[in-house]
Amino acid sequence: MDKILVGLKRVVDYNVRVRVRSDGSGVETDGVKMSINPFDEIALEEALRIKERGDANEVIVVSIGSGDSQQQLRTGLAMGADRAILVETSDRVDALTGARIFHKLIDRENPDLVILGKQAIDDDNSQTGQMLAAIWERPQATFASTLVIDGSKATVTREVDVGLEIIEIDLPAVVTVDLRMNDPRYVKLPDIMKAKKKPLEQIPLAELNIEKAVAISQVKFEPPTERAKGVMVEDVAGLVATLKDKGLI
Amino acid sequence: MSKILIVAEHADDVLNPSTAKCVACASEIPDAEIHVVVVAANASPIAAEAASLTSVTQVLCIDNPLNVSQLAAIVAPQVVAMAEGYSHIFGPSTTFGRDLMPRVAALLGVNQVSDIMEVLGSHSFKRPVYAGNAIVTVEAPANLPLVATVRVASYRSVPDGGNATINSIEVESQSPEHTRLIELQAGKSDRPDLQTAAKVVAGGRALGSEEKFQLIFQLADTLGAGVGATRAAVDAGYVPNELQVGQTGKIIAPELYVAIGISGAIQHLTGIKDAGTIVAINKDPDAPIFEVADIGLVGDLFAIIPELQAALSG
Ligand SMILES: Cc1cc2nc3c(=O)[nH]c(=O)nc-3n(C[C@H](O)[C@H](O)[C@H](O)COP(=O)(O)OP(=O)(O)OC[C@H]3O[C@@H](n4cnc5c(N)ncnc54)[C@H](O)[C@@H]3O)c2cc1C
Ligand SMILES: Nc1ncnc2c1ncn2[C@@H]1O[C@H](COP(=O)(O)O)[C@@H](O)[C@H]1O
Repeated sequence: MDKILVGLKRVVDYNVRVRVRSDGSGVETDGVKMSINPFDEIALEEALRIKERGDANEVIVVSIGSGDSQQQLRTGLAMGADRAILVETSDRVDALTGARIFHKLIDRENPDLVILGKQAIDDDNSQTGQMLAAIWERPQATFASTLVIDGSKATVTREVDVGLEIIEIDLPAVVTVDLRMNDPRYVKLPDIMKAKKKPLEQIPLAELNIEKAVAISQVKFEPPTERAKGVMVEDVAGLVATLKDKGLI
Repeated sequence: MSKILIVAEHADDVLNPSTAKCVACASEIPDAEIHVVVVAANASPIAAEAASLTSVTQVLCIDNPLNVSQLAAIVAPQVVAMAEGYSHIFGPSTTFGRDLMPRVAALLGVNQVSDIMEVLGSHSFKRPVYAGNAIVTVEAPANLPLVATVRVASYRSVPDGGNATINSIEVESQSPEHTRLIELQAGKSDRPDLQTAAKVVAGGRALGSEEKFQLIFQLADTLGAGVGATRAAVDAGYVPNELQVGQTGKIIAPELYVAIGISGAIQHLTGIKDAGTIVAINKDPDAPIFEVADIGLVGDLFAIIPELQAALSG
């Protein structure tokens, strides 16, 4: 195949203990470490492996967001992507509009495969890939743990509630990846230098003429209810007694 | 008035309990009429089960041999074909619903509300974001169809007791040739199902091997519990992926959750926030799991489990 498109969303790093702003307007992001959505790193790693096996010619990373997302795209380029596209907007982008943006880029780039994360760990929506596949009228293989390319087809193992589901899809298609697909590589310093010379195209969102979907509005954020403080027991006898007290055994 | 359509989840001619949980969520919406659609290759046994759920007034069956595969590309267009007239279309936040519902939403040209955990009004809900570290109140546009998934761990199944009418309907559907089901490898187990079990015993990386993880299975059997695991335990190959609990595994709400040799990473805790009582057994007194545990015991699991087995069987 020729091209693979990979989505890289800039999100609060998964190690950060997220705190809700006291005015309920969102979560604290000032001075907080930002990273590539972990699932997207896996998506990119998979695309790079497909290319390195000789099954693809070019890997393009795409981010939708503010100018700051350039950092994540540069990291993606350092990992090995060939070029990057930033669709720039300072507004929150809802999932359907995001899918329409990817669809527009597909029109321009004609990729054979789009690999996204199964969910972005900020909004935990898990929608973009499925929506993109719907409007592109192409197959979707969500929650993938293995992806085998065979000419114009792909075989995908999906992690589903009852176990594993294996499906075959015709390309082009959208695949969304789960954590067990691979372990992403670390970027090395020389690669970071090299990545500075790779092309990063910035497109203001307005230039793409996307029909914006009506968003679900986020009215108020609050911290989750805390669980009541527990007790520590000394030994197994204490544990069994406490469980009996609560009527659990 | 709200007219709500729930997409039934099923396998092997049996209705999945997630459907009864979606009904529970839908019945919190004021003045709602609730219908269930069964998209299946043999809809009648499933429809009969759905018709007996409290609050459901109508079950609609789309019977088609093509529906042996419940792939989103096949099911979504059939749901969309009959969506007209409904103000809400709900599915469960299981892998079935999470695969399907966004495809339905996009075909209808709307965004989706993922993982409803609380109903505030017909178009206003609470849902978790950032792995459950924040709860957001969302409002969906009232003039558009509202597509949503229901966070099944937040709801108890409605009981039986309904007596809905069952109607067959025909929708035009084509098999999308581009997506083919090859095989479903379902883990078979006689133990209580992880997602519906009243008690769950879960093990982490500390178990050290597939053989030693048997200790968890044995304890679960003594308690009549289902078995769960952390991502670390699944990645290390001690147990299959369907046992993973957490942000990327299953979100569960048993009455009793026993976490053994589990550190309590945020992504794991997301999966057990709604558990009734959390018991933690860990040799590190500073393990974060103790911050959420109702009952904590510090010690070596390899000494504690045999003692516990003895105490429980004695
Ligand atoms: C995007 C993302 C999503 C993720 N999703 C999930 C998810 O869905 N579910 C999930 O579980 N994880 C998930 N993780 C991984 C998560 O961050 C942790 O790495 C994982 O939960 C750790 O598993 P663990 O507790 O088994 O292992 P560890 O963190 O290694 O903890 C092992 C614990 O065992 C204790 N121990 C060791 N020996 C003994 C002994 N003999 N007796 C008693 N205690 C002992 C140790 O003190 C330690 O606390 C995700 C990570 C990311 C980045
Ligand atoms: N703003 C964005 N920029 C780049 N990729 C995105 C963006 N939003 C979503 N995606 C992709 O879509 C996947 C699923 O996101 P979501 O539907 O928001 O959970 C992510 O893992 C990304 O691969």
